[in-house]
Amino acid sequence: MTATNLLENWASVRHFHPIDDKPHDPYKWAMAIDLDACTGCNACAVACYAENNLPVVGREKFLHGQSMHWMRIERYWEEDGREFPDQGFQFLPMMCQQCEAAPCETVCPVGATNHTQDGLNSQIYNRCIGSRYCSANCPFKVRYFNWYDYPTTENVWPAEMNRQLNPDVTVRGKGVMEKCTFCVQRLRAAEVTAKGEGRIVREGEVQTACQQACPASAISFGNLVDPESRVHKQWLTQQVDLDKDKQDKDQKEGGSDLRGYRILEELRPYPSVMYLERVRESAV
Amino acid sequence: MKDIREDIAWAKINQDVMKSLENPRKIYWVILFFAVLMFAVGIGCEVYQYQVGMGVANLDNPHVWGLYIATFIFWIGMSHSGTLLSAILHLMHADWRKPIYRFAEAMTTFSLMTAGLFVMVHLGRLWQFYYAVPYPNERWVWPNFQSPLLWDAMAIFTYLSSSVLFLFVGMIPDLAIARDNLQSGWRKKLYTLLALGWEGTDRQWRNFRVTYLTIACFLIPLAVSVHSIVASDFGMSQQPGWHVTSFPPYFVAGALYSGCAAIITLFIILRYVFKFEEYMTLPILKKIVRLTFAIAMVWTYLNCVEFASVWYSHDGVSKDLLIQKMTGPYAPFWWAMIFCGSVVPFVFAIKRFQTHIPVLFATSLLLNLGMWLERWMIVAPTFSHGYYPWTWDHDQWPSMIQWGIVFGSFGWFTLLFMVFCKVFPSVSMYEVKEMVYHRTLHLKKNEIGETAEQGAH
Repeated sequence: MTATNLLENWASVRHFHPIDDKPHDPYKWAMAIDLDACTGCNACAVACYAENNLPVVGREKFLHGQSMHWMRIERYWEEDGREFPDQGFQFLPMMCQQCEAAPCETVCPVGATNHTQDGLNSQIYNRCIGSRYCSANCPFKVRYFNWYDYPTTENVWPAEMNRQLNPDVTVRGKGVMEKCTFCVQRLRAAEVTAKGEGRIVREGEVQTACQQACPASAISFGNLVDPESRVHKQWLTQQVDLDKDKQDKDQKEGGSDLRGYRILEELRPYPSVMYLERVRESAV
Repeated sequence: MKDIREDIAWAKINQDVMKSLENPRKIYWVILFFAVLMFAVGIGCEVYQYQVGMGVANLDNPHVWGLYIATFIFWIGMSHSGTLLSAILHLMHADWRKPIYRFAEAMTTFSLMTAGLFVMVHLGRLWQFYYAVPYPNERWVWPNFQSPLLWDAMAIFTYLSSSVLFLFVGMIPDLAIARDNLQSGWRKKLYTLLALGWEGTDRQWRNFRVTYLTIACFLIPLAVSVHSIVASDFGMSQQPGWHVTSFPPYFVAGALYSGCAAIITLFIILRYVFKFEEYMTLPILKKIVRLTFAIAMVWTYLNCVEFASVWYSHDGVSKDLLIQKMTGPYAPFWWAMIFCGSVVPFVFAIKRFQTHIPVLFATSLLLNLGMWLERWMIVAPTFSHGYYPWTWDHDQWPSMIQWGIVFGSFGWFTLLFMVFCKVFPSVSMYEVKEMVYHRTLHLKKNEIGETAEQGAH
């Protein structure tokens, strides 16, 4: 422990900005979600609960807004004057956007949330003191706080269901923040296997739980740096880049065939999730 | 209207102030009793919340911050006027501050301590709070120096330690008087220890003045910075309603405002409870009232600046939030804030009320209610109407646990303050003597001048 520690260039250890940042090598995990394909079936959310040991908080706490759905399907009603049975609505699957310049990272007093080499926004449960500043500064509000000690006192998993918990994922205690990790346990396993074989993870070798569960294949996930990956191709086709803060589709007069965009990108958090606009009129 | 008598004997000043340490009015014990009771309620709520989890506070996603943060800002704000009175007015040689700065300075210290509690109460894992402190450890893990919350922790700690020092240093000559006036007992031992062997020699006085002035000069920028940093907790974030450039001066003005209002409240209470009518005189009260009115207008102006800059900014989200504040579920509180903060202070502009104690007491409480609402209206509406539409229909009302802890904090503050006033001289004896001396000097000069003039005729 020396004083030079304090004088170090902290910018060198923190990924800042996709524009003048060092390139992601060999991985940049990213996602593309086709809203036209999404049927709002919630299979992704259920898969996420199963994969990531999310506590099921029950009706009362859900109504209090204390549920822990890392992956949530948002429903937006169309306000065109029609009444309920005829009224249309749109779905939006929402999870942590793994921003490149994440607003949550800079404000954490203890540095519990950081950027990883492969472009994830990581959360260190052991380091978190629960100030909840990250959630306050998150534009998408996709961070979930352990309001109670779910595993031991709230009985969120009945005893006979303990064996369905995923052994690869830690169970979080009370007072820490958590959020979607892009199924980091699967990514790490795949990365380690690939490294042992002296190669990088191939396209299709790793899937997130939500992607795997989606019956409509609305979610694609992969390595954005890999030119062979489906995500890379989708981003390229839609002219969406990590370092853009507005999309070409909105620039063209009279509309465009492009559908790709990222949510709240004008705030420049540079999210890693691209959404493909719905073309059909309504989800139902 | 009686001011401090010029012919008051120094021995009588000692005697009067020393008496306040022994026999306050009966109501002192009543206040103390209720303070303990309130504090006990707060402790009970905190113990429950600690055991069960933050969920009992009825916080949720997106309302991750609630009354705790709002009340934290409120108490930090309260602490500012002590410094204003004792340090800034000291440098400006405002003599009228002398009988009242001691309790204002104590108010600073204790409200900072109360604010510190709220940081703790707010944390999800209170038992790991020291992670936010840059302490040396074997893993070389540092806190995140980019986070305004960390600056906050440091600023508050620095401010608290400096104001404790300032309070203590300014009290040394008085502690010596207390020591010399007592025969025996624990008080005698305490004062002997704290007076640091003060004898009142020339050399001691010279060193004392220099030390006091140095700390005063050190404390002023600190006071401004501490609330600016609390403002950056919000200003540095990206959220609508928080990301406002004018927040630091706005927070500082609000802080001085609520602090001055609190000084008026405590002035009136102390004056009665400890029988300080002869020292805490109405002309002094009138001066604070006028000062408070001026600060209230500065605060109102800065409010208008904020609204105007949001309104004309073409930032749709911030503008929506402002409209939501005025018309949404928080509207009653928002308008109450405007009323208490900007309309009620006009009572102070009316000359008849500037020394009317019951009116001043009620008004000062209303002002602080307005200032508390202001802090709540900064914190809460941003969560219920932020960037993300999905969060808009989630309403959240603080649970009784949150209210209980906020309630308890007032008990804790009152408890500390009342115990302080009973144990330490809350009117500065040596400075009142100085004040009286300056006045008599002034009178004598006039007399000499008059006689000289008469002689010339």
